[in-house]
Amino acid sequence: MDKQQEAQQSDARPVLEGPDIARVLTRIAHEIVERAKGADDVVLLGIPTRGVFLAQRLGVKLEQITERKIPVGSLDITMYRDDLRMHPPRALARTEIPGDGLDGRLVVLVDDVLFSGRTIRAALDALNDLGRPRAVQLAVLVDRGHRELPIRADYVGKNLPTSLRETVKVQLAEEDGRDTVLLGAKRSARGAQQ
Amino acid sequence: MQRHLISAADLTRDDAVLILDTAEEMARVADRPIKKLPTLRGRTVVNLFFEDSTRTRISFEAAEKRLSADVINFSAKGSSVSKGESLKDTAQTLEAMGVDAVVIRHGASGAPYRLANSGWIDAAVINAGDGTHQHPTQALLDAFTMRRRLVGRDAGIGQDLAGKRITIVGDILHGRVARSNVDLLHTLGAEVTLVAPPTLLPIGVETWPCEVSYDLDSTLPKSDAVMMLRVQRERMNAAFFPTEREYSRRYGLDGDRMAKMPEHAIVMHPGPMVRGMEITAEVADSERCTAIEQVANGVSTRMAVLYLLLGGNEPAVAHPSPTTTLATRRSAPASEFRTEEK
Repeated sequence: MDKQQEAQQSDARPVLEGPDIARVLTRIAHEIVERAKGADDVVLLGIPTRGVFLAQRLGVKLEQITERKIPVGSLDITMYRDDLRMHPPRALARTEIPGDGLDGRLVVLVDDVLFSGRTIRAALDALNDLGRPRAVQLAVLVDRGHRELPIRADYVGKNLPTSLRETVKVQLAEEDGRDTVLLGAKRSARGAQQ
Repeated sequence: MQRHLISAADLTRDDAVLILDTAEEMARVADRPIKKLPTLRGRTVVNLFFEDSTRTRISFEAAEKRLSADVINFSAKGSSVSKGESLKDTAQTLEAMGVDAVVIRHGASGAPYRLANSGWIDAAVINAGDGTHQHPTQALLDAFTMRRRLVGRDAGIGQDLAGKRITIVGDILHGRVARSNVDLLHTLGAEVTLVAPPTLLPIGVETWPCEVSYDLDSTLPKSDAVMMLRVQRERMNAAFFPTEREYSRRYGLDGDRMAKMPEHAIVMHPGPMVRGMEITAEVADSERCTAIEQVANGVSTRMAVLYLLLGGNEPAVAHPSPTTTLATRRSAPASEFRTEEK
């Protein structure tokens, strides 16, 4: 894994650095407050792994803006994926729904990269089993295009036009030790869209 | 673990920890308003029970239904088996119906192995107890219960049971639960002590990776978990001890004996309990007895096993190639499953 990462980093070009990511999240937080007219009933749900860290960071920023506690949770979509049968089973991640539940709330799903849209479709299915939100919105750090389903994000950190031969890799301090978004050339047949 | 789960001894440490971690996430499904996942939609699982069982069958059925599998229950009583059909013919009938997995309980040791390796059937085979041989999902749910209670729910993720002292008391001779538990607990790094009258210990027990004692009272203070096993009267065809009363006095767990255990230690029982024989009502109903918890954990653990064997296009855990020996297999890394890209 380390070798692979190093190899990827060597020919990958950063498109967002730490300060850019912080600014982008601040902007998205303000947009959420603006669109939700105060964010009274907002619940942030991050999609593991990196979506969860982004949701936690967004939650902190929203609390600074609104001076209220913002519930933050995580939503693991592994069991709802449409490509489960195409790979060996994946290890599961944690689904953590904040105490008051989702019924009647404005749920903002948070993920790092929006690509085919299949992850978000799975997340919508998973939400169905967890409650009935008033509305569901989507915030992503990077939208790289190439949608395969009629899904779009409500809040986009950066629109990044890419070719299918490129990879977009988000690294966050909590998981990878530093904040950056890398654009690189695709090496293997799979594993680019995460 | 290959495509099948036949014996707890086939699991590597990494396989077992992966199953326990997955079970921990599955357990959270039980707290949801809709206790169902779509993961095994369109897959058919047969519960093939040649021997009576209530909790194991219901537990598997609950696990299969929570994962949205189609469930067919087949019990030998009142079926074609009572008319004289062989295991082979039953298997081929199920194969013709297109089942994806067979959960089998059989009175003969080795029946699930035969089913898995005979070429009669293409489905994954999960052993739900065979004779006096193995009951791997019971061992997994016991290990899951121990890890939750002795290490912690969240603290336990990714951990094994290294250094935990587990005492198993009772009918080891007829007990597949004891054998499976010794195998799995040893793999997970726990120290196991078996306590039973000499007549209820199997031949060759000295080769098992565990200690053996005839004295319960001296073992209790050194135990983190004490697992009481039922004396299997239905399998007894000789006099293994003079009277039940004597057995109960020497090897039964009552309130006084429980007081000798360390504060944090738990009492486990796979069920069904015979109150007054191996366990008193006082102990069975106490806070420290995990018998009911084990039932709930059984559903989560079986969901994890079903997901890891059937959820993808191939099983999640290590596939030993036919040329590797058991020794190299045990040391090989198990994680062939895809993790979220790191």
